[in-house]
Amino acid sequence: MSKDGVLLSIQGLSVSFFTDEGVVKAVQDVGFSIKKGRTFALVGESGCGKSVTALSIMRLVPEPPGKIVGGEIVFEGRNLLALSEKEIRRVRGNEVAMIFQEPMTSLNPVYTVGDQIVEAIKLHQKKSTSEAWADAVEMLRKVGIADSQQRVREYPHQMSGGMRQRVMIAMAASCEPVLLIADEPTTALDVTIQAQILDLLDDLQRQNGMSILLITHDLGVVAERAEDVAVMYASRIVEVADSQRLFAEPFHPYTQGLLKSLPRLGFSARRLRTISGTVPEPLHFPSGCKFHPRCPIGCGDRRCQTVEPRLREVEAGRCVACWYAKGYETE
Amino acid sequence: MESTNGYLLKVENLKTYFPIKKGLLRRTVGYVRAVDGISFGIEKGQTLGLVGESGCGKTTVARSIVRLVPATAGQVVFEQTDVLSADRVKLRQLRRQISLIFQDPYGSLNPRMTVGNAVGEPLKVQGEAAGSELIERVAALLSKVGLSRDHINRYPHEFSGGQRQRIGVARALALEPKLVICDEPVSALDVSIQSQILNLLKDLQEEFGLTYLFIAHDLAVVEFFCDIVAVMYMGRIVEQATAEGLYRNPLHPYTRALMSAIPRVEPSLRGSRTAFGGEVPSALNPPAGCAFGPRCPLAGGDCLKQMPALKERSDYEGHFVACWKC
Repeated sequence: MSKDGVLLSIQGLSVSFFTDEGVVKAVQDVGFSIKKGRTFALVGESGCGKSVTALSIMRLVPEPPGKIVGGEIVFEGRNLLALSEKEIRRVRGNEVAMIFQEPMTSLNPVYTVGDQIVEAIKLHQKKSTSEAWADAVEMLRKVGIADSQQRVREYPHQMSGGMRQRVMIAMAASCEPVLLIADEPTTALDVTIQAQILDLLDDLQRQNGMSILLITHDLGVVAERAEDVAVMYASRIVEVADSQRLFAEPFHPYTQGLLKSLPRLGFSARRLRTISGTVPEPLHFPSGCKFHPRCPIGCGDRRCQTVEPRLREVEAGRCVACWYAKGYETE
Repeated sequence: MESTNGYLLKVENLKTYFPIKKGLLRRTVGYVRAVDGISFGIEKGQTLGLVGESGCGKTTVARSIVRLVPATAGQVVFEQTDVLSADRVKLRQLRRQISLIFQDPYGSLNPRMTVGNAVGEPLKVQGEAAGSELIERVAALLSKVGLSRDHINRYPHEFSGGQRQRIGVARALALEPKLVICDEPVSALDVSIQSQILNLLKDLQEEFGLTYLFIAHDLAVVEFFCDIVAVMYMGRIVEQATAEGLYRNPLHPYTRALMSAIPRVEPSLRGSRTAFGGEVPSALNPPAGCAFGPRCPLAGGDCLKQMPALKERSDYEGHFVACWKC
């Protein structure tokens, strides 16, 4: 029986930011594996550390004030965190590519889109300028931009948000990466354009066998597009599962609360369920389980208040960090 | 729903065009038809949702109603007052009765004003209260939205997005308005905070008998929150019905495409996706005929020649569609 190969494995990743107000522990002891050809979603609300985790893979965390203080990121047999600057640059944009949330601020406004795609190609492949331009036109066509011969000479401001995101995808896909990191790629886009962009990513994945690390806060997108999911809260991973099982039966109270609080089309309700309280400030994380002040189970429990539960595998392929989660305490 | 008092707010054929000026002499070479003939009415205590994607004109509708932006044509009647032609005195009174909650909790609060000053400003400006009475009114408002009087002397940057939005709500309620226009009040908030704010808005509506015009792009939020929903596309309403009616039976091809594009958590609810190509056409160059024609799977004949009017369906009372093919 063939087993999906593991493409990227993160273990014990910790990232901190050393600021004037103190040390912000943005990511603590994060670990998960992305399999070849599959989409892995990292889900969480603002400030949970998901973007910093993604940036760490590409070693794009600004240093200072940030610093990767621990862990390993193993990619095709190498620890990315131990590579030299020269070596990581060969990986970035080539084997591992990234697209970001705001296409307007990630594209250079003073260069044409063609220039930018060509730059990505020439950095990593031995191609002449004319070959690279031909590739760029072809990439734009592949990402669904009509009249690519003309549009390749346009500037980002001449394009809509959806188009610019397609350009970003063209740039990222131009070197046929094995892993594409998509950080909230459709959050700034309308829902109809979002569907198109996500379909495009699916197509590219199918054609190239590319893995996708999808970072998002939109649970609907996760349910539809990701095979595996990790839920982050306040710098830690609190639950990992394949998406089917996660949505059918979430184990962690935070995941449960999130799913319950979503207004669902077709289910009318007088009031929505909520998770009380707010996400904690990174400089003032609560003791014990970081979720306990908002947790219906943990807020009154001494252990939850004082001892932080580690992420533990409770079933094959399912991990959770909660003292009271199903299967957590069996020996 | 029986309307014994008539509409609190009635908008009739509202048009807001923005002139495009070019050249040294700034000559008007065309118009962006941001709002192109919108009509609707909201009864007292009701919530009307205006939903659509970016650029459809929904925010411009809100701004035109309160005259933050000059309307080009049409009528807006609030209680018995003609809003668009009201003089300064009348307008000042109107501004007590209609208030706004904005989308961006970071941009809509002056970073140099304390929370107390921000929430109390409407009261001050309208000469409603001063001194210790003002402080008491502000404290009461803050506690209504789940904050405390300890927050009065703090600055916006000390609060989270959700808390800032609560401050915005308190400020909007300061003058005890009758109509509150909410422009994407939860879009910028985390999922777990959205439901808190939506519940708060609903509770306040019950307590104070508020009427809401709720603008959003998230259909699920709109279904939960609104009684009546109007779907906008390129400056016009293409479909309007009760929330239940719209979701059970979307008629317009755009509404159906919009609903099918929403990613669903429940696998059973994911129908086949309506193939939906193309982008919203530029507002500078709208297509002839129905604005949705170029992207519509059903388009043909009249669709390319004439804009369909919003008409009530004889078989579905209270359900309006603007489509030649429906």
